[in-house]
Amino acid sequence: MSIHIDHISKSYGKVNALDDISIRVDQGELFGLIGPDGAGKTTLFRILTTLLLPDHGSASVAGYDIIADFKAIRKQVGYMPGRFSLYQDLTVEENLRFFATIFGTTIAENYDLIRDIYVQIEPFKNRRAGKLSGGMKQKLALSCALIHKPKVLFLDEPTTGVDPVSRKEFWEMLKRLQDKGITILVSTPYMDEAALCDRIALIQDGRILEIDTPKAIVEHYPKPIFDVGAHNTYLLIEKLNAYAHKHSVFPFGEYIHYTDQRDGFDPLELRAYLKNEGLQNIHIERTKATIEDTFMELAKQ
Amino acid sequence: MKEETVIKVEGLTKVFGDFTAVNKISFHVRKGEIFGFLGANGAGKTTAMKMLIGISAPSSGSANVAGFDVYTQTEDIKKSIGYMSQKFALYDDLTVKENIRFFGGIYGLSKNRISQKSNLLIEELGLEKVAHSLVGSLPLGWKQKIAFSVSLLHDPKIVFLDEPTGGVDPITRRQFWEMIYKAANNGTTIFVTTHYMDEAEYCDRVSIMVDGNIEALDTPKNLKTHFGSDSMNDVFLKLARS
Repeated sequence: MSIHIDHISKSYGKVNALDDISIRVDQGELFGLIGPDGAGKTTLFRILTTLLLPDHGSASVAGYDIIADFKAIRKQVGYMPGRFSLYQDLTVEENLRFFATIFGTTIAENYDLIRDIYVQIEPFKNRRAGKLSGGMKQKLALSCALIHKPKVLFLDEPTTGVDPVSRKEFWEMLKRLQDKGITILVSTPYMDEAALCDRIALIQDGRILEIDTPKAIVEHYPKPIFDVGAHNTYLLIEKLNAYAHKHSVFPFGEYIHYTDQRDGFDPLELRAYLKNEGLQNIHIERTKATIEDTFMELAKQ
Repeated sequence: MKEETVIKVEGLTKVFGDFTAVNKISFHVRKGEIFGFLGANGAGKTTAMKMLIGISAPSSGSANVAGFDVYTQTEDIKKSIGYMSQKFALYDDLTVKENIRFFGGIYGLSKNRISQKSNLLIEELGLEKVAHSLVGSLPLGWKQKIAFSVSLLHDPKIVFLDEPTGGVDPITRRQFWEMIYKAANNGTTIFVTTHYMDEAEYCDRVSIMVDGNIEALDTPKNLKTHFGSDSMNDVFLKLARS
């Protein structure tokens, strides 16, 4: 067991940032915390990296207790916070050397671990960190979080605001780090990234909605889902929401995802209703649930 | 029925020193259209958008926004458009009502009109209970919905939305898009950037910028067919990685 979170709660005044959270992450696992802003993801990261004390509950990281052994944990983990927090007025290389020195190591000693990532920013090693583009900052921050060869890596929304191409590259880097035996806890608000994790926890308003593999989570979706399309999407949403038997209506890319309250739902009946309401080019087809469908279904309850 | 064009861009270019951020881009946007403006970080989206909203002068080319020229009529453009972004939308240390009053005033609405609009907005979004709360105390998703409504206060012809839904939970994100559909249905043109590729599919047409150029512009359906992809995410990856 690499990360063991046992009934952790944390409040800020009246706000329950975390409400009785329990998660176990195995050695070498790539585990995702999936949830929107305000879900409590950052609070959990700060507790696990010993920067914040929980109100209740206990946790251990790499076998060390987050309170009794906080100094040992700090040597064993790498943490990349959501906000860029390197020294803006040090160069790329100076930042990296600084973090290596703090942890009593050198860039050369652990270069193997960061090579893949660092070679992409090495041409700019004399540039000040504050002058880097978003994608390059992200790569430098990851290099700095890895330079002491941590056993566990904490990444708080590393891909937020990053375009799909750089996001894909970033996840490929994470997979390679995982192959080297590092346990990774990563948070993201992008539900499509959930599929890239071994297991995920869906989290909202400080509560865990579900923990499982991405595949199992979508398989647990309780209802048949249908793609519905028509010539006018706005009118379609309005009419679907007005339909007496609807359970949920959510825009999903090209189509609307529709679920019905009834067990024996007949799509032909819905088609007739929509046609009667003046919609044209009606398309209704059974589709598969996604992580986001599941998240919304659980969040609704 | 003749379709009215509200944004006309021809060969628009912006050069910083020896770096061409936006390279001769051309496109038209129709009235009431939801136009998605996509591209990787650093592709030139923000620079292009700044020229269109009249806060950055082009190096060359021409653009007409809501009937006004981007070189000579920037003040008229600013009055005819709405704008909101993920980074700046409302003042956290003003209440919901104060924000509405402030932005209404900025856009030159009369006192009566502001009070009417304010009541309407609060009722439509169901904000009665938080009308006198500081915006900073509200969840992000609420803020973004209020910010969008505020950007529509002065009935602009076009609204520019710069990554309006970043970090917002999936249910609120969809409520936000339902508001966008509604505004577009009422004839407001929507010009939107996003990193969520499923949202790209909500747009009537989408342009994809790569290194300062518009590499693709079509309906999401046609783009997917053209690139043999089953999602906009795949289209984007194929274009931006090639």
